[in-house]
Amino acid sequence: MNSRPTPNFKAEKIVGGVATDQRHDSAHKHVTGTAIYIDDMPEPAGLLHGCLGLSAVAHGDILSMDLSAVSAAPGVVDVLTGADMPGSNDISPTGRHDEPVLATGKVQFHGQPVFAVIAETREAARRACRLAKINFAELPFVTDVGETDRFNGKLVTPPLTLKRGDAAAAIAAAPRRLSGQMRIGGQDHFYLEGQIALAIPGEDSDVTVYSSTQHPSEVQHMVAHVLGVPSHAVTVEIRRMGGGFGGKETQGNQFAAIAAVAAKKLGRAVKIRPDRDDDMVATGKRHDFLVDYEVGFDDDGNILGVDFHYAARCGFSSDLSGPVTDRALFHCDNAYFWPAVKAVSAPLYTNTVSNTAFRGFGGPQGMVGAERVIDEVAFATGKDPLDIRKINFYGTTDRNVTPYHQTVEDNIVQRIVSELEVSSNYHRRRREIAAFNANSDIIKRGIALTPVKFGISFTATHFNQAGALVHVYTDGSVHLNHGGTEMGQGLYVKIAQIVAEEFQIDIEHVKITATTTGKVPNTSATAASSGADLNGMAAQVAARQIKERLCDFAAEKYGLPKEQILFLPNRVRVGNQEIPFADLVKQAYMARVQLSATGFYKTPKVRWDRDKGEGHPFYYFAYGASCSEVSIDTLTGEYMVERTDILHETGRSLNRAIDLGQIEGGFIQGMGWLTTEELVWDDKGRLRTHAPSTYKIPLASDRPKIFNVTLADWPENREASVHRSKAVGEPPFMLAMSVLHALSDAVASVAEHRVCPRLDAPATPERVLMAVERMRKARSTDG
Amino acid sequence: MTLAIRSEVRFLLNGERVALSDIRPDEMLLDYLRLRRNLRGSKEGCAEGDCGACTVLVGRLSDGGLVYESVNACIRFLGSLDGCHLVTIEHLRGTEGGLHPVQQAMVDFHGSQCGFCTPGFVMSLYALWMRDADPSEAAIEKALQGNLCRCTGYDAIVKAAGAISSYGQSANDPLRVERAEVTERLRTLQDGARVEIGSGTARLILPASVDDVADILLAEPKATIVAGATDVGLWVTKFMRDISPVVFIGHLSELKGVTQADGVLTIGAGVTYSDAQAALAEAIPAFGPLIDRIGGAQVRNMGTIGGNIANGSPIGDTPPPLIALGATLTLRRGAERRTILLEDYFIAYGKQDRRPGEFVEAVHVPVPAKGAHFAVHKITKRRDEDITAALGAFHVVVGADGTVTSATIAYGGMAATPKRARAVEAALVGRPWSMETVEAALPAYQTDFTPLSDMRASAEYRMTVAKNLLRRFYLETTGTRKPIMVTRERAA
Repeated sequence: MNSRPTPNFKAEKIVGGVATDQRHDSAHKHVTGTAIYIDDMPEPAGLLHGCLGLSAVAHGDILSMDLSAVSAAPGVVDVLTGADMPGSNDISPTGRHDEPVLATGKVQFHGQPVFAVIAETREAARRACRLAKINFAELPFVTDVGETDRFNGKLVTPPLTLKRGDAAAAIAAAPRRLSGQMRIGGQDHFYLEGQIALAIPGEDSDVTVYSSTQHPSEVQHMVAHVLGVPSHAVTVEIRRMGGGFGGKETQGNQFAAIAAVAAKKLGRAVKIRPDRDDDMVATGKRHDFLVDYEVGFDDDGNILGVDFHYAARCGFSSDLSGPVTDRALFHCDNAYFWPAVKAVSAPLYTNTVSNTAFRGFGGPQGMVGAERVIDEVAFATGKDPLDIRKINFYGTTDRNVTPYHQTVEDNIVQRIVSELEVSSNYHRRRREIAAFNANSDIIKRGIALTPVKFGISFTATHFNQAGALVHVYTDGSVHLNHGGTEMGQGLYVKIAQIVAEEFQIDIEHVKITATTTGKVPNTSATAASSGADLNGMAAQVAARQIKERLCDFAAEKYGLPKEQILFLPNRVRVGNQEIPFADLVKQAYMARVQLSATGFYKTPKVRWDRDKGEGHPFYYFAYGASCSEVSIDTLTGEYMVERTDILHETGRSLNRAIDLGQIEGGFIQGMGWLTTEELVWDDKGRLRTHAPSTYKIPLASDRPKIFNVTLADWPENREASVHRSKAVGEPPFMLAMSVLHALSDAVASVAEHRVCPRLDAPATPERVLMAVERMRKARSTDG
Repeated sequence: MTLAIRSEVRFLLNGERVALSDIRPDEMLLDYLRLRRNLRGSKEGCAEGDCGACTVLVGRLSDGGLVYESVNACIRFLGSLDGCHLVTIEHLRGTEGGLHPVQQAMVDFHGSQCGFCTPGFVMSLYALWMRDADPSEAAIEKALQGNLCRCTGYDAIVKAAGAISSYGQSANDPLRVERAEVTERLRTLQDGARVEIGSGTARLILPASVDDVADILLAEPKATIVAGATDVGLWVTKFMRDISPVVFIGHLSELKGVTQADGVLTIGAGVTYSDAQAALAEAIPAFGPLIDRIGGAQVRNMGTIGGNIANGSPIGDTPPPLIALGATLTLRRGAERRTILLEDYFIAYGKQDRRPGEFVEAVHVPVPAKGAHFAVHKITKRRDEDITAALGAFHVVVGADGTVTSATIAYGGMAATPKRARAVEAALVGRPWSMETVEAALPAYQTDFTPLSDMRASAEYRMTVAKNLLRRFYLETTGTRKPIMVTRERAA
């Protein structure tokens, strides 16, 4: 490992190029415990530790704040409040100035940070935090969107309306219509590594912040803004996160800003790592939604018009709630053509932590609403929900315009679904399940097959850009840097594969380096599944420039046309001779050829006019489908996922092993969201599920007993994405809808599938049992 | 004979002998490893023993042999490690110094993504592989109940776990090779002394014997007694409560006995769930599966049945079945012992019949008579490693004529203490054991219980499911071949 590898100069293929199952670059370090996360870094001498003091009321004016006991506690060096922010006491990521670093004057949710203790040890800081005496004049509060006027309530950001055709007229004219409501719960990210920031003060205004963030540039801007210094004074670095899932897109800003302020004020390094409970209480989550729907359809189940209202619990500030609720509307169609549609969002103010990005970014909630409508129509017409799905899919040449007026040009949902229908034996198993249920009183089974179509690109068009920096050193080794961050998804290794492929060198010669604002500036968040698409292209562009220069140099030096310079594995063919890559690099250096380049990429074709609700917000769509079978206990509501079959596509995959990991992990995380992960606030506005003891993410023993996951081998991206691959981060999350619908199917069997169970999410055992009880009542009143 | 008192805690850390005299009573093993020793491979994910990112192995001498168990370093008190061999991820290696088979399998099967949970998974799988080189999928899932991963969806990890044996034999495992030497070194650490460190508000004591526990508690009636620390650990990590002086009892072999005599199983107060499971499952088969539903392996390796009782929680999982079985408790104060019905120990929420200076020494569990029906069912949001929403334990004897001669039914999660369903019992006794009788008894639940709504379940769900568990219990006793529960077993 430590000795320098000798490249294979006879190889026909490099090791670790694109479309190989290259392992995660840190796998070896993960399993030996040697991968360094921020809390594992050697600590600077004199390091101090911070802890945030949190509000004990859900909404109230701060009448007085006595922090004298906090200051006097053993080990305490300083106590900061909002007034101590040298620049601006604001970390609103969208510039709406609605989110203070530390609350002043009033608090707007239970758990909102009000002050920060800086002490010699983390324990001293935590202990001191509890000594604060804050008097609040409590104000009325609302935590639940169901308790507020969701049609006219206070919003945190302007709503969106998508419209195509006249939905009201289409519904009114439809032979049949129905309406209903669905609750979709939120979700805590439960990244295993919690939020953390380590700030090290430098000279002048400088500060370096190690932040567990998906968005180093934003942390840089926020820290500069809070400190009141130019962005050039702030460097933010992150080598790896212990999970992100959207929870570190904006939520790291607060910890980074406070650590930086304290570090500059005290002239000592400061680390803030909140306890898990504080992390879960004080940082945002997936938005929960209350969806109202009305649908018009015919007796065959053709949907003619739909009207959606998506009300979201946004919390006390806007954060990313605007684009999150927008994306919910962008996915109110899932894979279905709505002939006439109207969808309205309501990003509602609540006295809860400000909700934020989470894998899918509102898209899953949008789709779950769409699938409920499908279910309703299936029950109303007495048909198999899969049949209703299929007749309402987008077409390929017609019936292919979305509610936001983008034409779906790459539709492959029919093929994905029909292949899965066969490979999962859907129809045979549905018959077997019916036979089983007829003979089983207590345990009932259910099955469902649901599709996913997910739009890829940031809907804020300007985020669809990326940069990279590539150096080739004189020994032929390559230093790779780009704007994307590694949170476990395998982005770094994919981009290293792309660069190795360009230079035709084994991947071990490509050094993956930590993301830092000092190397690649003005980056976008590693979010929206865009990491490899954007940064991979930027790195490819950078590598190609250097390769081009090497080509030009070789052609000139050896007096050959450029066509005769060929990059072979670990070597370059120059006319009739083959030169090791490193030797050519050395020669180029001696000839004073620049061996460093930056790369830049911006996604073509995307545009979006939010005011009109029209445009082409997505470069392309990613597709998949899953089929799940469950069994439920009608006495207790307990259930088990018996089997799940998945067929998903990532275009021409850059790395099938990594992509399969994203698909499996995304599915299980989605299943957790829709089943056991429940956020509960009490009548004081306190979040009661703020630790793994009370908030239950899936375990190994929750995964489907039979789990067949297939990455389709035939698709390729019809757009010119990097190596024709497709994004994989978010789309598989929504494959988990098949579990919710299989549970619903099992519940429905209690009343012979005559009544839609209207099973809300998360479908905890309690919700399943209560739905079973509703079915029992329906059955007894029926007959 | 005067008692020897030692003022340092001694243990082996990986290959090194450690002696510490500067330990605070509430100091956690994970902090010691990460902060004092800069061993940062073990991670803090939750600091409450639920996520497993801090999993380490603790080896201890047990009946002469050396046993390694996975534990959560985040809630394991450093002081309680006296005489143990602590093994962290940093110690794991292959025969050639490369990756250990467990690690290599995890790499090859793409078992890590963000990697933060991975050292904990590796340690849990290592503990499993040591006892079971070719584990079933069920055994793997059980070994991983205390390890959370948010990235992979687990399938890659389970596949890796199933393949470990193809990477190497446990006979060549470095820890196996060192065993004799480690055993010998641990023996030399056992000097039979009481360990006492610190004074005033920062004092910890490891008694030399149970008699020593009794003496210490007489002198220090307000001391915090710590067996497994799976509850007290959180008082420290989450509530930062002062617990000094602390009296650790988990190391005392006298309290670790499980014996059976005259149809009564006696379990010492220091017996962990893991150690009790085999004997419980053998004597009372329906009790065994319940143990699998308590915490994860790490918690079961630390937590004790005695502690589960002594802390008086209304949602402790073992008291309802023990009450249903008519278990009794031996409480000791100095040389005095008294034995009470377990049921009478729970007085009210947070209030138990334990006098100052008194401690739980053992619990005595009558084995149900042949032919008696006994079952216990736990209801949770997530099947494994979750805290009870409602738990019902049923012990019914049906006479030769088909009528119920006795019924003892107790629930957890339904009241402020573990509680008997006396009205329901009364509605069953003397009546034929039939679904009609069960149905007729259901209204009695309203007399027995007024459950609360909280984050685990609503009052309505608790009440409905409590009643339905009686229905399930009845169906179980009929020997029906139709499925009446969902299981992890694969359908034929």
